Amino acid sequence: MSLMEALRSAFQAITANALRSILTMLGIIIGVAAVIAMVAIGSGAKARVNDQIRSLGANLAIISAGNVQVGGVRLGVGASSSLTDEDARAIKREVEGVEAAAPFIRSQAQAIYQGTNWSTAIQAVDNDFFMAREWDMASGRGFDPEELRRGEIVAILGQTVARTLFGSDDPLDQIVRVRNTPFKVIGVAASKGQSAFGQDQDDIIFVPLETGRRRIMGRNYAKDRSVASVFVKFEQEATMVHGIEEIRALLRQRHRLAEDAEDDFTIRNLTEIANTATASARTLSFLLAAVAAVSLLVGGIGIMNIMLVSVTERTREIGLRLAVGARPRDVLSQFLIEATTLASIGGALGVALGLGIAVAIARTAGWPVLVSPESVLIAVGVSGLVGVFFGFYPARRAAKLDPIEALRRE
Amino acid sequence: MALIEARELSRVYSLDAGRVVALDRIDLDIDAGDMVAIMGPSGSGKSTLMNLIGCLDKPTGGAYRLDGVMVDRLDANGLAKLRNQKIGFVFQQFNLLPRADAATNAELPMLYAGLDRKARRKRALDALARVGLADRWHHRPMQLSGGQQQRVAIARALVNDPRLLLADEPTGALDSKTALDILALFQRLNREGMTVVIVTHDPEVARHARRVVRFRDGRIISDQRQEPARAEEGLKELQAEAAA
Repeated sequence: MSLMEALRSAFQAITANALRSILTMLGIIIGVAAVIAMVAIGSGAKARVNDQIRSLGANLAIISAGNVQVGGVRLGVGASSSLTDEDARAIKREVEGVEAAAPFIRSQAQAIYQGTNWSTAIQAVDNDFFMAREWDMASGRGFDPEELRRGEIVAILGQTVARTLFGSDDPLDQIVRVRNTPFKVIGVAASKGQSAFGQDQDDIIFVPLETGRRRIMGRNYAKDRSVASVFVKFEQEATMVHGIEEIRALLRQRHRLAEDAEDDFTIRNLTEIANTATASARTLSFLLAAVAAVSLLVGGIGIMNIMLVSVTERTREIGLRLAVGARPRDVLSQFLIEATTLASIGGALGVALGLGIAVAIARTAGWPVLVSPESVLIAVGVSGLVGVFFGFYPARRAAKLDPIEALRRE
Repeated sequence: MALIEARELSRVYSLDAGRVVALDRIDLDIDAGDMVAIMGPSGSGKSTLMNLIGCLDKPTGGAYRLDGVMVDRLDANGLAKLRNQKIGFVFQQFNLLPRADAATNAELPMLYAGLDRKARRKRALDALARVGLADRWHHRPMQLSGGQQQRVAIARALVNDPRLLLADEPTGALDSKTALDILALFQRLNREGMTVVIVTHDPEVARHARRVVRFRDGRIISDQRQEPARAEEGLKELQAEAAA
C-alpha cells in the first residue's frame, strides 16, 4: 500500500469520526499554539527591548532629584531641587567609566513661528545629552561651549516640531518664539521615533541648560542651579552596577546627607530595566514552553487512548485485512500513519491558533509579530513525532492481532 | 498433483485446562477444480481445518502443501502473501468495510498486492460484473441486501485471481432463496474452473457440492463423492411454489 493511499485512508478514518478526532487533537492544538505563541512573543519582546535600548542609548542610568523608592507619602521625583549641574560635572570627573553626565530640565511650552503655534516639550540640556542619548543632528550644529556658558537664545528642533512649524521650509537661522523669547534655530536633531511608551521623542525643542533656566523653566531652577535629572552614560555595561554605587556615595557626600538619612535622589539603571523586560519575556516563554510540553504530552496520551479505542472498534476490519493478505507491518503502518496524520493535523491547527494568539498579543503589546518559519516547521514536526511515539503502541497491538481471533470478535 | 495436500495434519491447543486436540492427524487431498463441502457439528475440527487450509493458522504437526507451497515453513509475511495470492475468503458475516462502497471493498486484497489505483478499480469492476453487481459498484454495504453484500464479498475474494475459494458458512446469514442464489454463483464459478471449499454444518448446502467430507472429534469420518444438486433448479422450484 503506497503512502498516498495510506494517507487517504487515514483521512477517511479521521473524518468519519470528526468530533472525536477534533477532541483528540485538542491537546496537540493547544501545545503547538503555545509553542508558536511562545516563540513569537519571545522574539517580539526581545526586538522591542532592543529597539528601546537603541533609541534610548546603551549603558544608560538616569538620576532624578527626589526619592520615590521608599514607601509612604513622599515627594515625587523632581519635586525637590537637590540635583545640580555641578553634581553632574562631579560625577563625570570622579566616577570611573562614566562617558557622559548630562543634566537636563524638561518643561512644556508653546512654540510660535509666524502664524503657526505648537505645544511641545522644551528640554534644557548641554552637549553631553546628545552624547548620552546617542542623538545626532540631521542638519545644523550642536551648542557651542560659549552658547552654553552664556545661556544664549538658540534652539535645536526635533523633527516633529520642525515639520509642524516649518513644513518643507528650512528652519535653520529662523526665529521661533517660546514664552516671548525669540530663539534662533541652529540645528535640527535626527529622528528618534517613538519611545517605549509610545511617546513621540521628536516632538521636542532643545535649548542650552542655562538659557532654559533663565528664560523658560522659572525662578527655582535659576536660583540654586538645580536640574531635574541627569543622564549618565557608562562606557561599559559591566561597570554600571559598581559605577552607580559610586555615584550614590558621591552624591550623598556632596549633598551632606547624614548616615541614617535617605537618599534625596533616585538612580535608575535603564539598561537593567530593559534587561528585566527581556527577563520577564523569557519567564513568559518558559511558562509557555512548560504549557506546551504538558499539552503535547497530554495530547499524545489522548491520541494513544483514542487509537486503542479505534483498534478495538475495528478489530474485525483488522482481521479481514490480515485475512486478505495484509502483512502485520501493513497494519502497523496503517495505524501509525493514522495517528501521525491525526497529530499533524492537530499541529497545523495549532499553528493557525498560535499565529492568531501571537498577532493578538503583539497588537496589544505594540511590538512586531515575529513568527519564524523554523518554529512552524518544528512545531508541526514535533506533533508528527508525538503521533508516531504515542501511536506506536496501539499500532503494534493492531499488528499483533491473530486474524482468526480478530475475525471472530463481535 | 492436488491443489491441497494435507498429511497427518494436527492442531493441538495448549490451554490452562490441558491439551485440546482439535485436529488429529488427518490426510486430505483436494484437486483443483473440485467443489468440496466440509461438514461436521461444532467442535468437530472443521473450523480448525478451514483456518489451516486458509493459511490463517499453522499446524502443530504434519505437513500442508497448497498449490505446491509448503505452508508450515512460512513466516507471518509469507502466509500473508499466500493468502493474498492464492486464496479468496468468503465469510458468514460478509465482513465488508461499512464506510466503503462496493468497488472499494472489492479492491481491498489488491491494495496489499501492490496494484496501482487504475488497475485495482478495473479489476474490482470486472469482479463485480462477474457476480452480477456491475451497476451497484458505488453502493455502500448498508444500501445493499444481504445477498448483494455476500456477492460483493465474493467479488472481493475473486479479484486477485486465487486458486481456491474458501467459504465459511457463506449462506448462514441468508434466507433460503438468497442462499440458493449464492450457491448457484459458487456452482457457476466452479464450472468456470474455480476450486471451491465450503465449510458448513448445513446438509442443504452440502448437497450442492461434488464431494462431502465429514468430521467428528478432529477426524474424518466419511468422504463421499456425489451428484451435486443444481442450485438453479432449486431456485426454479421455489419460484414455482411461490406462484402456486
